[in-house]
Amino acid sequence: MPALTRIMLDVLKPHHPNALDLAMAIAGLAKDYRVSLRVTAVDEKTESAELTVEAAAIEFETLREAITAMGATIHSIDAVEVAGDGGRSED
Amino acid sequence: MGWLRRIGFLLYITQTHGIARRYFVVNGFDGALTMLGLLMGFYASGGVSSQLAVSACLGAAIALGASGLSSAYISELAERRKALRELEHAMIARLQDSAHGEAARWVPIMIAVINGLSPLSIALIVMAPLWLDIAGMALPTDPLVVAIMVGFVSVFLLGAFLGTISHAFWVWTGVRAVFIAAATSALIWLLS
Repeated sequence: MPALTRIMLDVLKPHHPNALDLAMAIAGLAKDYRVSLRVTAVDEKTESAELTVEAAAIEFETLREAITAMGATIHSIDAVEVAGDGGRSED
Repeated sequence: MGWLRRIGFLLYITQTHGIARRYFVVNGFDGALTMLGLLMGFYASGGVSSQLAVSACLGAAIALGASGLSSAYISELAERRKALRELEHAMIARLQDSAHGEAARWVPIMIAVINGLSPLSIALIVMAPLWLDIAGMALPTDPLVVAIMVGFVSVFLLGAFLGTISHAFWVWTGVRAVFIAAATSALIWLLS
């Protein structure tokens, strides 16, 4: 099965938890998760952020659940990188 | 995440740790001053038995605890629900299953417990010399006087705690709190 190795998301989040807390919570999902989070706009109660996660195999559903559990929502998936396995999963 | 860290996290995301701290001090002060008032009244009227003083003080302490618990829960529940609704409106999403939804359910309970336990526990500490007297322990002087002194020390510690929070000189804020308690006690003494 192809593995999701990099994903860039447009996320809307409340001010609290802050960018560091959210990034740390996502990075804590797996040992090799590399997380980059950049706040792009600040509103009265919310912040828009560009969230990038890199890993050998990202579990998107787990990632989505972690983001929503922290009170944030995914607006859009802006970029992805997927590595194929040469069809080995069909053997 | 351990439950203590979880409580800290929920207070942090709702920015209510300051409210919890304020409730602790305000109601703690209520508890200490109420006990001081009762004890000063007993002392000014010529003194009563420790058993009678404990009964009266315990009744007041339980009433303060119940009042703090229920009033804080009702008001904080309304505040947290309002804050969650406003955040959901801004996020254009339901947040009931998020940390913010969890906080809206649990933070009112946490603050109510702090608000209720604060006056109750401080009142029990002030009453401790009376308990000791009933238990047969010899005290250096009249148990009512010792309890009044413990009341003043409790008030000083609450004032000093406020000083450490505000980065003011803790001795000064402690003495200021004692001054308020002393003025209250003097008024009770005069009226009695």
